[in-house]
Amino acid sequence: MLRRLLPLIVFLALGALLFAGIQLSRHENPQALPSPLIGKPAPAFALPNLLASNKLRNADLAGAPYVLNVWGSWCVNCQEEHAVVSAFAARGIVKVVGYNLKDDPADAKRWLAQFGNPYALIMADNDGRAAIDWGIYGAPETYFVDAHGIVRWKFIGPLTDDIIDRQLLPLLPAKQATP
Amino acid sequence: MLPELGQLALILALLLASLQALLPLFGAQRGIEAWMRIARPAAYGQLLFVAVAFGILMHAFVVHDFSVAYVARNSNSLLPIGYCIAAVWGAHEGSLLLWILILALWTGAVARFSRSLPLPVIARVLGTMGLVSVGFLLFTLLTSNPFARLLPMPSEGADLNPLLQDPGLIMHPPILYSGYVGTTVAFAFAIAALLDGKVDARWVRWSRPWTNVAWALLTIGIALGSWWAYYELGWGGWWFWDPVENASFMPWLACTALLHSQAVTEKRGSFRGWTLLLAIAAFSLSLLGTFLVRSGVITSVHSFAADPARGLFILVFLGIVIGGSLLLYAWRAPRDNDGAPFAFASRETLILANNLLLTTACAMVLIGTLFPLFADAMHLGRYSVGPPYFGSMFYLLMAPLVLLLPFGPLTRWQREQASLPIKLLLPWLVVSLIGGAVAFVAMPNAPWKYAAGVAIGLWLVLGTLRFVRRRLAMDGQRFTAEMLGMTFAHIGIAVFFFSVLLTEATSVQKDVAVARGQQVAAGDYMFRFDGVQRATGPNYLSDRGTVSVFRGDNKIATLHPEKRQYAAGGQIMTETAIDPQINRDLYVALGEPIDARGGWALRVYVKPWVRCIWLGALLMALGGFTTAFDRRFRRKNETV
Repeated sequence: MLRRLLPLIVFLALGALLFAGIQLSRHENPQALPSPLIGKPAPAFALPNLLASNKLRNADLAGAPYVLNVWGSWCVNCQEEHAVVSAFAARGIVKVVGYNLKDDPADAKRWLAQFGNPYALIMADNDGRAAIDWGIYGAPETYFVDAHGIVRWKFIGPLTDDIIDRQLLPLLPAKQATP
Repeated sequence: MLPELGQLALILALLLASLQALLPLFGAQRGIEAWMRIARPAAYGQLLFVAVAFGILMHAFVVHDFSVAYVARNSNSLLPIGYCIAAVWGAHEGSLLLWILILALWTGAVARFSRSLPLPVIARVLGTMGLVSVGFLLFTLLTSNPFARLLPMPSEGADLNPLLQDPGLIMHPPILYSGYVGTTVAFAFAIAALLDGKVDARWVRWSRPWTNVAWALLTIGIALGSWWAYYELGWGGWWFWDPVENASFMPWLACTALLHSQAVTEKRGSFRGWTLLLAIAAFSLSLLGTFLVRSGVITSVHSFAADPARGLFILVFLGIVIGGSLLLYAWRAPRDNDGAPFAFASRETLILANNLLLTTACAMVLIGTLFPLFADAMHLGRYSVGPPYFGSMFYLLMAPLVLLLPFGPLTRWQREQASLPIKLLLPWLVVSLIGGAVAFVAMPNAPWKYAAGVAIGLWLVLGTLRFVRRRLAMDGQRFTAEMLGMTFAHIGIAVFFFSVLLTEATSVQKDVAVARGQQVAAGDYMFRFDGVQRATGPNYLSDRGTVSVFRGDNKIATLHPEKRQYAAGGQIMTETAIDPQINRDLYVALGEPIDARGGWALRVYVKPWVRCIWLGALLMALGGFTTAFDRRFRRKNETV
């Protein structure tokens, strides 16, 4: 008898799983992919500076919080996001660092020349290998790293003013949040 | 006024479906003939009202009646007429209505073409199909009414998702759904047999032609979907192991196993319980596919808008239908699971191996598709399972299947001297291996898949033809439609594996930034980018590129890949340009403009044999149709 009930039992287990799936999809934003890096130190990196000939390392950014914005000249959404990032960087609340992903440096420079450069510094990850350490899926993505070098926040997709106001600004230290 | 009539027609169809389900099923249990006789007219009536509802929705699209919310959301007055019709099934509500219409058509066909069946059988089969229809009609009316009004009426609609504005999409859902829904027939016959208590070869013989047709339609539907993804998404791939694709592939695998197991049960009486279970499984997986695509439980590139309330409804419906039928199976399945006994070396054993491999593959796809959900529910983090898992798993499972396939037809039922089929096939196995070795030597830089593709293609074709020759050489033995169908399908498998492996081994892909006049070499071909012009379509603006393709000094094609911006909604779509030939596709897709001086990102692919992947699928489908027309299935008054 057990053998004949087996398909039913398997199906009931499957049904329970699907029910759990419905409950989950009710409560969560299915697009939210949490980063395992949140609350941990930013990965060590040594990447060429796109606009100079030196290399950028963790030490160069240590001591002050910064926002890391992943972009590429090949990425449509980055163009869309560009105005938001520029406006945010212009407010001078926090240093905005660019992370140029899987790009040709010449293309990247042309892109910056055409649209404007909002970034204080830009590191170039041409082959996308360092991106694996950060857990970067693609562009655009944005991270916030605090003064101690701890990753505090990650956002996937184009930034909007709303997301900056509601998610990013509350994380920033109070004295810097007041312009 | 008309949309309200459409809704009324759906309600009447629901009443008739309830009638079609309840009276004949009770009548068959109690032996009340008058109640059983309700089944046929109720099925025809249901078909009529569903068709009326569907026609009214189509009419609303054609006359641009934007007071209907569904029409306003999915069409636009600029939309060409063909797409207006396809837009009927372009989103959730309408595709559900299409599903119901196709179920009603299958039901009507069963009612029409099964005159020779005993009355209780037809009553139970149509009753079961009626129950399924009741579920879907309730689902439509309660959670996804396509006729809901939108007030005040908007002056313009939002337009059909541009991804779906394509000839492939006009045909893909109706055919795929015909295959999905067709599994209902085999399921209904299985339930009828379980209710009847006489689980013998007869029900299988009656349901085999239906299973074959459903399987063939499912095959064509999946192939069309793959073809659509290939030229519309612009990534050059033909299969992505996306949850929605998996949702259609799982019933296909189960249905393929079912076809083979049905043959054993019909001819030898073995595997009776197993065949019942596979019929239930194929249908359940079709329903599960619907659930996965619509509930938002699993996110996917081509799934429709997610809605948990709908998901819960389908889950409850799934629970009743699948849980109920599995309970019935546990209670009524045959206790003596043995037909004619068979030796180890026999066709039964080979088909058993086929079934085990196919169902394992099906289970692996199911696990891979549901694992992200499982991990999430268990708080193990978010995962996605991709081609590396599915790909390597398939090579592992398909290798023994490919090796054993030609032995099946050449091995006798019940008992065979193992040496005979081996003796018949060994020379051809050697020839195939030599073919693979020659390919390996001729193309030393190609990966192993190239040689494997040649060897497997040769082995399957030669092995299958060996069966044809042997069969034709036998005096006084007919070469039946069933055998012809099997031959087509197995050669289709050969063509499929051959082209998949060769495409994977030898495709060339170039992602380049090009300026006007710049050339890109890919394989034996030279692609010259001749710039981009602005063009205007009926409901979009487009950047239309021109790419000339040369082989040596000869210009062999001019391709026009496009980047379209649709007027309503402003979505940007890539339209690829393809120069097709049986043994290679030249494929170009426009990326993004790179600079103000007319430079563009361009994706260039040379894909050898990719077209034969779908040709293989079509051959398989042809095999399914041919088998369905075997004379044996049309015999009246079967003796058992």
